[in-house]
Amino acid sequence: MKVRVQQEDFDVGTEIAAMRRSRPKIGAIASFVGVVRDVNDGDSVATMTLEHYPGMTEKSIAAIIDEARGRWEVLDALVIHRVGTLKPTDQIVLVIVASAHRGDAFAACEFIMDYLKTRAPFWKKEITPQGGRWVDARVTDDAAAERWQQPVSKVK
Amino acid sequence: MITLLYFARLREALGTGQEQLAQPASVNTLGALRAHLAQRGGAWAKEMAEGRNLRAAVNQTVATADTPVSDGDEVAFFPPVTGG
Repeated sequence: MKVRVQQEDFDVGTEIAAMRRSRPKIGAIASFVGVVRDVNDGDSVATMTLEHYPGMTEKSIAAIIDEARGRWEVLDALVIHRVGTLKPTDQIVLVIVASAHRGDAFAACEFIMDYLKTRAPFWKKEITPQGGRWVDARVTDDAAAERWQQPVSKVK
Repeated sequence: MITLLYFARLREALGTGQEQLAQPASVNTLGALRAHLAQRGGAWAKEMAEGRNLRAAVNQTVATADTPVSDGDEVAFFPPVTGG
């Protein structure tokens, strides 16, 4: 289980290959990549700067991964989140979950991402033609995280 | 001393990201600390007002108004998060 907060880009293929190497119990790997869009709330976005709370960021993501491990069979997990200034088409975040079966891998990957959006201390500031603006938290992100608080059945 | 941290929009509005505060005798919870900071007036009164949608952490764990605050703690105030 690994958490990395970094300015540098990442390569999904490299990270997945590293995770499955010498791990014959892994039967499924699910991944999610978040990417910078060129439009948000109707305005074009030139660049985006991500700020975070060093220390708490890593702790909060590790806690989210731990919670996922309590709900599903997770053999390994990796979260990489970039900080600093990014532009449209850049990768922002990577979540990879390895399990024996796809159901657990898919669910844990989505759960980690939904919780990260609402619990990990990152903040986005967009530069648009109207100037800089801090991105507002979305109600739909809260709703996406809250649905996991209902009982879920394990899919094998 | 209490280490205070401010992030993102809040950091810009207050004009500072970090400060050291000698713990006032009347401040032993997060809620009391927030009220104490609001008494500074100006941007502090506006940003720390009770109605503002503000989140906080004590020693890097999400906290609520009744969370105890002690000498040596790291207390952070920030807007709702927007990562991912």
